[in-house]
Amino acid sequence: MQSKAHTFTANARAALADEPLQAALARFQGGFPVKRRAAIDRLPEFDALRDAGKAIKDATLANLDIYLEQFEAKVIAAGGHVHWCEDADAARQTVIDLCREAGAKTITKAKSMIGEEIAINEALAAAGFTPIETDLGEYIIQLRDEAPSHIIVPAVHLSKEQVAESFRAHHRDLPAERPLSEPQAMLDEARAILRQAFLTADVGITGANMLIAETGSTVLVTNEGNADLTQTLPRMQIVIASIEKVVPTLEDAATVLRLLARSATGQELSVYTTFTTGPKRGDDLDGPAAFHVILLDNGRSRMLGGPFAEMLRCIRCGACLNHCPVYSAVGGHAYGWVYPGPMGSVLTPNLIGLAGTSDLPNASTLCGRCEEVCPMRIPLPRMLRQLRQDAFASGGGPKPMRAGLAAWAFVAGRPWLYRLATGLGVRILGLLGRRHGRFRRLPGASGWTAVRDLPAPAGRTFQALWTERNGARR
Amino acid sequence: MTAAADPARAAMLARIQNALGRGAPSEEQRRRVLQRCAAPSANLIPARGRENDRIAQFIAEAERVNATTERLAGWSAVPAAVAETLAAAGLPPRLRMVDDARLASLAWPAGLAVATGKSVDGDRASLAIAFAGIAETGTVMLLSSPSSPATLNFLPEMHIVILPEAVIVGAYEDAWANLRAALGVGVMPRVVNWITGPSRTADIEQTLLLGAHGPRLLHILLLAEA
Ligand code: SF4
Repeated sequence: MQSKAHTFTANARAALADEPLQAALARFQGGFPVKRRAAIDRLPEFDALRDAGKAIKDATLANLDIYLEQFEAKVIAAGGHVHWCEDADAARQTVIDLCREAGAKTITKAKSMIGEEIAINEALAAAGFTPIETDLGEYIIQLRDEAPSHIIVPAVHLSKEQVAESFRAHHRDLPAERPLSEPQAMLDEARAILRQAFLTADVGITGANMLIAETGSTVLVTNEGNADLTQTLPRMQIVIASIEKVVPTLEDAATVLRLLARSATGQELSVYTTFTTGPKRGDDLDGPAAFHVILLDNGRSRMLGGPFAEMLRCIRCGACLNHCPVYSAVGGHAYGWVYPGPMGSVLTPNLIGLAGTSDLPNASTLCGRCEEVCPMRIPLPRMLRQLRQDAFASGGGPKPMRAGLAAWAFVAGRPWLYRLATGLGVRILGLLGRRHGRFRRLPGASGWTAVRDLPAPAGRTFQALWTERNGARR
Repeated sequence: MTAAADPARAAMLARIQNALGRGAPSEEQRRRVLQRCAAPSANLIPARGRENDRIAQFIAEAERVNATTERLAGWSAVPAAVAETLAAAGLPPRLRMVDDARLASLAWPAGLAVATGKSVDGDRASLAIAFAGIAETGTVMLLSSPSSPATLNFLPEMHIVILPEAVIVGAYEDAWANLRAALGVGVMPRVVNWITGPSRTADIEQTLLLGAHGPRLLHILLLAEA
């Protein structure tokens, strides 16, 4: 997928003016955070479990090579195959080669963010295959030829009317006058159509929430059961996973699972948690004859050992999106690539480069809620600040912003000048704004006042008040 | 391609080792790290995984997530309970079940057609036997095998699961310990399914709907007899 992160500002402005999107975001707001809170209230050890989860991931990353090789050895011992892919191109090519080897036509897919990252559907379609997304939300956006707007609920930006419209446009074999106003009717329709896809698919492609080194198992969680049908019915299963998904043991997986669903949807556990180890065995009556795991790097080994290594702990729960004021205002598409919200603003520049994505780390108020809710205790605000710094150091960002920052740095580096400038500014603005207490318009600040008032300062700077107060105390 | 000759594999491992500030690990280093896998141990287990009345807890948690439960005295009560469950759900008296001697020896009512084998399109109801029940989240754990194909858990609309009360454990870690006791360390069935309630989706306007692709109904028969 071509990144549109470089037009973030324009994307965001369009999103703010997009009424159906704003209605969808309003509907979404509150839901997951409230459910998450309730789930955590039922589990007093949640914070201690976060520490345990962080420790597991840190220990794994500190010996990532050893655990990956162990995982590989166990997959092979179970009769499966492991493919090491350095980048998206290599991963796409491997998947296509495997599908050709299987003589595939129809390919079912269970939602995978790595699949989005390597744009596998486009590649498969271009190679002559028919990939069909089976997660309901992912199926809907595939019909609409859109990207997911959230890593857990990909179609959260749509209304049921929009979904019905897409179903009518694509399900041409069904009677045009059928009632389709309620979600239940749409689900029934999709279930029937996708059931046929499950039964006829030659290859099933899934992601993985974790890989277990101890056993060579892949772990997948869903609520719909689509991933299980995707992986059980075709004759070949391909799992696409990035290298940081590995954890050492079944116990470690259990700890992470206690955090994942609670953080994501507020469920105690997803409905289906599936541990898969190799292909169909001797006398098995079902399951794929061939089992392949793609291990994707795509920039992650470069992150390891650097200032963004901690991002590799991310379990893709989406909590940082659900609690982000910027995500809540503009939705996921404005971020322009695969991963939205705070985690995306850190991940995207790391995976596809800071040039063209430097708006993303600025798309944050640094309010800190993301770090507060992150089950893996990833210091997202620190990383966003680091990326801002990196962008400035490498000469990125719009000219006026750079000039402004340079001027500010000049003043801030000279305390006497800083006091003088802020003292003057605050006094003048305080006098001018005395009558209304706020400005509805201000020359040079129209970017701010176009959408909200600027509160007038009290006339004295914080520093002045502080000195006075401390003086009085002494 | 053999692992040793794969340049992508070599490059990825080298980059990781470089980032970790060391070369390829020595055998000794490797053994020390992999001790964690050879002798797995539990991390923090929350108090809710250690409750005294695991059966009551299991039932409460399973019902919170829309599963239905029923307590039976023993195996001989299963056929009648299954027939009633199907009738109550308005399903035809047909059943796909796991191939198990304990089920085969039961007296199935004449009107109920039972078959074993993998599940196929058109199956409306299935019957499986859980390896464990996990009380902390009301989860049933099922293992795939030639006699217990995984499709039974997903294709039919109604999934009925037999859970002997003796195999209900408190926490996930207990279930893993029992699995290792049964199969050995590092050995897994092809598929282990943890199932917590019936299939669901909230992908359209966050409206919760049951029965997305998997079963719409999950009915758990708890057996007092082991
Ligand atoms: S950064 Fe943290 S909160 Fe955000 S998706 Fe990853 S694990 Fe979840």
